[in-house]
Amino acid sequence: MDVFFQQVINGLVMGSMYALVALGYTMVYGIINLINFAHGEVLMVGALTSWTAIGMMRDAMPGAPGWVILILATLIACVVAVVLNFSIEKIAYRPLRNSPKLAPLITAIGMSILLQTLAMIIWKPNYKAYPTLLSSTPINMGGVVITPTQIMILGVTAVSLAVLMWLVNYTRLGRAMRATAENPRVAGLMGVKPDMVISATFVIGAILAAIAGVMYASNYGTAQHAMGFLPGLKAFTAAVFGGIGNLSGAVIGGILLGLIEAIGSGYIGQLTGGVLGSHYTDIFAFIVLIIVLTLRPSGLMGERVADRA
Amino acid sequence: MKNNKTFQFLLIGAALIALPLILQIFGNAWVRIADMALLYILLAIGLNIVVGYAGLLDLGYVAFFAVGAYMYGLLSSPHLTNTFEWIAAAFPAGMHMPIWLIVPVGAALAGLFGMLLGAPTLKLRGDYLAIVTLGFGEIIRVFMNNLDHPVNITNGPKGLDQIDPISIFGLNLGKKLVIGDFEIASVSLYYYLFLSLVLVAILISHRLEISRIGRAWMAIREDEIAAKAMGLNTRNLKLLAFGMGATFGGVSGAMFAGFQGFISPESFSLMESVMIVAMVVLGGLGYLPGVILGAILLSALPEVLRYVAGPLQELTGGRLDASIMRQLLVALAMIVIMLMRPRGLWPSPEHGKSLKTK
Repeated sequence: MDVFFQQVINGLVMGSMYALVALGYTMVYGIINLINFAHGEVLMVGALTSWTAIGMMRDAMPGAPGWVILILATLIACVVAVVLNFSIEKIAYRPLRNSPKLAPLITAIGMSILLQTLAMIIWKPNYKAYPTLLSSTPINMGGVVITPTQIMILGVTAVSLAVLMWLVNYTRLGRAMRATAENPRVAGLMGVKPDMVISATFVIGAILAAIAGVMYASNYGTAQHAMGFLPGLKAFTAAVFGGIGNLSGAVIGGILLGLIEAIGSGYIGQLTGGVLGSHYTDIFAFIVLIIVLTLRPSGLMGERVADRA
Repeated sequence: MKNNKTFQFLLIGAALIALPLILQIFGNAWVRIADMALLYILLAIGLNIVVGYAGLLDLGYVAFFAVGAYMYGLLSSPHLTNTFEWIAAAFPAGMHMPIWLIVPVGAALAGLFGMLLGAPTLKLRGDYLAIVTLGFGEIIRVFMNNLDHPVNITNGPKGLDQIDPISIFGLNLGKKLVIGDFEIASVSLYYYLFLSLVLVAILISHRLEISRIGRAWMAIREDEIAAKAMGLNTRNLKLLAFGMGATFGGVSGAMFAGFQGFISPESFSLMESVMIVAMVVLGGLGYLPGVILGAILLSALPEVLRYVAGPLQELTGGRLDASIMRQLLVALAMIVIMLMRPRGLWPSPEHGKSLKTK
């Protein structure tokens, strides 16, 4: 039973990171119907920027406590990611707003490759050890172990989600965003500036991705130029799982995906008598996705929309 | 007028036949680039059936390429006989299946996989379809990587080597052919094989495009509900598109395995799928000349640049090596071309208009 609870905790930690990234995908999709393939790369840039910032700050102020450095580094990462995502939208997606649907998808894929390559040139391709800034002694709760970093991840995710929900549901910007997602033309007639709303969406997505990037790197202790790909892919899966375009769907999808992965990889060896091992973790996400979409094509919480490509 | 066209045809034909012989003089590496470009054209034509004609975005196309390649690899390399005694007993001379068996089996298997993937995904809207196909591609790759235990089928990340070269009508394409005192290198022989396959593929694809099925696919692409209302069986048509596209992928995979002599899961990453989609979209979705142009540009140009990139590498102190340059250029090309020509470099002239009556 301990194994089970341990995997539940690991799953929650992974799932909350997926949820943060999935929100970025789902918000963008909800408003401009685009799969922002470069979103995983924003996570990667956030993580690598914070890695550089941490290195510099440790030299500049050797006595500072770990959590101060971590917060500052996260802030710097957020700023860089915001500038980056804002420019990506402006350069690569905005001019193509009225083009055939596949065109922005291709620029998005191109952007993703471009950012990975640039990151490889700037940060070199090796794996970088990401410093442990919080205490590394795990806390033992009756056989189940959780590290302070993992507690931080759960806490930060909860706070970010609360802030986001407040932003979307109770502010003018949030109302404008919901209106644009519902019907951009009518929203425009009501005085909402669609371009502004879209930029704001990319900015919010970037902040969430940068936070997720810092946490992802702290959790695994490494950072590298290709690190954004897999979490990006899984987060997108999570967004689709929950019903793309739906914010709470993205959160639920992310957490469920994390749990399924963790529990699945914890038990797959036992269930199949050692035939399949935990290297199959990565395909759980997709198998679940295919099953869910077959049974419920619009995702868990997605509305049934009329078929119109 | 008609004479002029025939003349043009002959000229292009002669140029295509002479190309490897000329490239051969500069070194076999250049012919290899042409070979790979032809393989990519084959893949792009196959994917064009799915994405271009039927409008189904498939981001896992490389999975079918992989199925074909592994089929060829397993049936004509020592791997299976080394691993399983009963197979070694059945084939005392080693596993060397003839190409006439492998290619149809590989193509059929890839087509079957295409249908298998298509069946559960048909109900999905475009973007969901993209992610499910992407996931399918990853699943196939993970299995290739991990099926080396408990029973070693794919040899895992190490891949399969010592794959027999392709031989047709007793002519082994792995060795150079000497006619009199004139030599045709092995890579040039492969060039002719791939060229003829590409020609067949163009023919099939073109005939499909103007057939009843092709028009039905395009109707589905433009408006699925209207197509259904016109009495088209959209489910079967989409399945057919998936199957046809996958078959092309399977054949090119088998060719690839025979050509390289070595395959590993690394060759079948998501990046490859993305590249093939990019070729189709960059060139001109649903329009064969455009698709071919896109495939040539994205496959050959970066390779050519690799040879030119040397000086640049020295300038930047080795930070920008050839493969990084290549990636950078591909990414930039994808963004810039799409921004300037959102419908592709050479888009179909009939797009959006009804077909002219002859």
